[in-house]
Amino acid sequence: MVTKLAESKDDAGRVLATMWTIRRFEEAVDEMFARGLLYGTMHLSIGQEASATGACLALRDDDVITSTHRGHGHCIAKGADLGRMMAELLARDTGYCRGRGGSMHIADVSKGNLGANGIVAGGIPIAVGAALALKLQGSDKVALSFFGDGATSEGAFHESVNLAAIWDLPVVFVCENNHYGMSMSVEEVSRLERVADRAAGYAIPGGTVDGNDVQEVYEAVAQAVAHARAGQGPTLIEAVTYRWKGHSKSDQNLYRTREEIESWRQRDPIDRFEQAVLEAGTLDQGEVQKLRDQARDAVRDAVRTGQAGPPSSSDLLGAVYAPSEVDAVSPTSEGAPAEPLPDGAAPTPVAAAAGTRGEAEAP
Amino acid sequence: MTTTETQAETQLETMTFAEAIRAALTEAMEADERVFVLGEDIGVYGGAFGVTTGMLDRFGPERIRDTPIAEEAIMGAAVGAALCGMRPVAEMQFSDFTAHAMDQLVNQAAKVYFMLGGAVSVPLVLRLPFGSGTGAAAQHSQSQEAWYAHTPGLKVVMPSNPADAKGLLHAAIRDPNPVVFMEHKVLYRTASGPVPTGSEAIPLGVAAVPREGDDLTIVATGIMVSRALAAAEELASQGIEATVVDPRTLKPLDEATILERVRATGRVLLVQEAPRSGGFTAEIAARITESDTLYYLLAPIRRLSGLDAPIPYNPDLEKASVPQVPDIVQAARTLVKEP
Repeated sequence: MVTKLAESKDDAGRVLATMWTIRRFEEAVDEMFARGLLYGTMHLSIGQEASATGACLALRDDDVITSTHRGHGHCIAKGADLGRMMAELLARDTGYCRGRGGSMHIADVSKGNLGANGIVAGGIPIAVGAALALKLQGSDKVALSFFGDGATSEGAFHESVNLAAIWDLPVVFVCENNHYGMSMSVEEVSRLERVADRAAGYAIPGGTVDGNDVQEVYEAVAQAVAHARAGQGPTLIEAVTYRWKGHSKSDQNLYRTREEIESWRQRDPIDRFEQAVLEAGTLDQGEVQKLRDQARDAVRDAVRTGQAGPPSSSDLLGAVYAPSEVDAVSPTSEGAPAEPLPDGAAPTPVAAAAGTRGEAEAP
Repeated sequence: MTTTETQAETQLETMTFAEAIRAALTEAMEADERVFVLGEDIGVYGGAFGVTTGMLDRFGPERIRDTPIAEEAIMGAAVGAALCGMRPVAEMQFSDFTAHAMDQLVNQAAKVYFMLGGAVSVPLVLRLPFGSGTGAAAQHSQSQEAWYAHTPGLKVVMPSNPADAKGLLHAAIRDPNPVVFMEHKVLYRTASGPVPTGSEAIPLGVAAVPREGDDLTIVATGIMVSRALAAAEELASQGIEATVVDPRTLKPLDEATILERVRATGRVLLVQEAPRSGGFTAEIAARITESDTLYYLLAPIRRLSGLDAPIPYNPDLEKASVPQVPDIVQAARTLVKEP
């Protein structure tokens, strides 16, 4: 009999710390955005903390993940540094992407996070390729791909699951079904009852779990990870959850009701796990409160760290290509070097050198 | 011979374009276990154009990896594998099919290094059999190099002869960035020539000048290089001497050599198979005119391109829709008479 996460002091503490950190991080981001401190847009996963936390808990540090536009939770659960995440959102040079990627592109390759992704389903083929590499290298690492219900309408999802299936690749597909692809209800985009039913179409194991129950997510992913590590191929897991916030900052929630949102708030994954921990007597109220406070403080520190970072380097042209020993000239056009004019030619103004970068838009 | 230098022990072997590419793939796979090939029908079939013939027997199905007909997954698998330490070489059966794979190529492969702040690069090669002349019609005959050259983060290589194909492919595989490697289908079997043994890479960004002449400069890409050289022979018999410049790589582009050779003759003819509008030679024309090479021009820049039309099936029309040797001769003759 496996000990439940809520019954182990270490696990319960770790799970609560992760979930509260995700929640507090995103609340802070939401508030900073509202105060005009952040640029661009933001996709928040508040309400979905259990799927990121449970899934990553089932992974080893050296396993890899691909994430989505709604990826702060995955990133934190895979062990990212909060200060560097916040620095990225604040467009600082100390951010994970040096301020070039922003919320939708945070990655921490050192922790096996191959990145959030601005393209729906964009990370799924990449996870399959990562799993192929891990297999070719003879390692027992696995790749896990997070994606939403919206991504399951993309061809990339179907091509990727099939490829992983026929090659028995060590990959776990985790669909966080939060019921809406932006405004489009999952029920309207498929005749299947469950996203997990698609697993049968690729002859791989699949199942649906309560994505707001960290225990259920953890157990399902742990089983899929063991399956993959043993060389038995991929699994499709559907974690049913709900995002409390809108799709992004432009969302006015016209496609769902206040009552529906409220009903899901009642199924708060953090609250549920806290109750289980308290009922099991694993941690007491004081210990739980301490974890909450620590998460809040860690996020506050991250904001301070992020704000202290210098702005992004303006050398954009130097950032496009990795330095290559096989390049004879720069692959980024810099225009021709000035040459002496022929005798008698008038020095008429010539347009600016090719490749001169326009003024970068200030965040 | 257009390689930049050959070592004393290097020998020459006559090969077709396809054989030269296979030689580079084979040598790279023998030298580096991270290199593997994936694509449609590349195993027992040997690839639609026979480039990987025999490689399955040599390297086995793990490293010569037949895929389903799923271009986006092929491309994405290459991206993911590259991110995790491999050096994948992906083949699209026809370059036209890259349309299916554009998200992974353009939004992922090309941007990861930049977008992730340089934390990781994507060392992959995408081999693209492209171009017209095989009767394959509009969906199997395109020259889409401008798409890729217009995408920051991608490198674009377009060899015109077997020796360059081999040396440039070695460079492409060693490059830490995504490289689009464009192989003209007609060259696979028709182009044959001396190829150095050994796995010497030809650096990316060094144009070749396979012919020198004082009267005009022809800058031609891909299969148009051989047509330009044939045209130059005919022009020579008419007393017109042409310099022929083969950029070999569009990104990085050896702008200095092109400009220098244009200044030397003052007359330039740009030749590409791709459609005219937005074509890569328009970029070359712009580089000439926005540099002081403009002042050396004795006549307006002339371009020969494919028609702004899909490639037709009818063989006569197919031929007529892209530049042929007589077109180059004619354009060159007109150009040297101007103004």
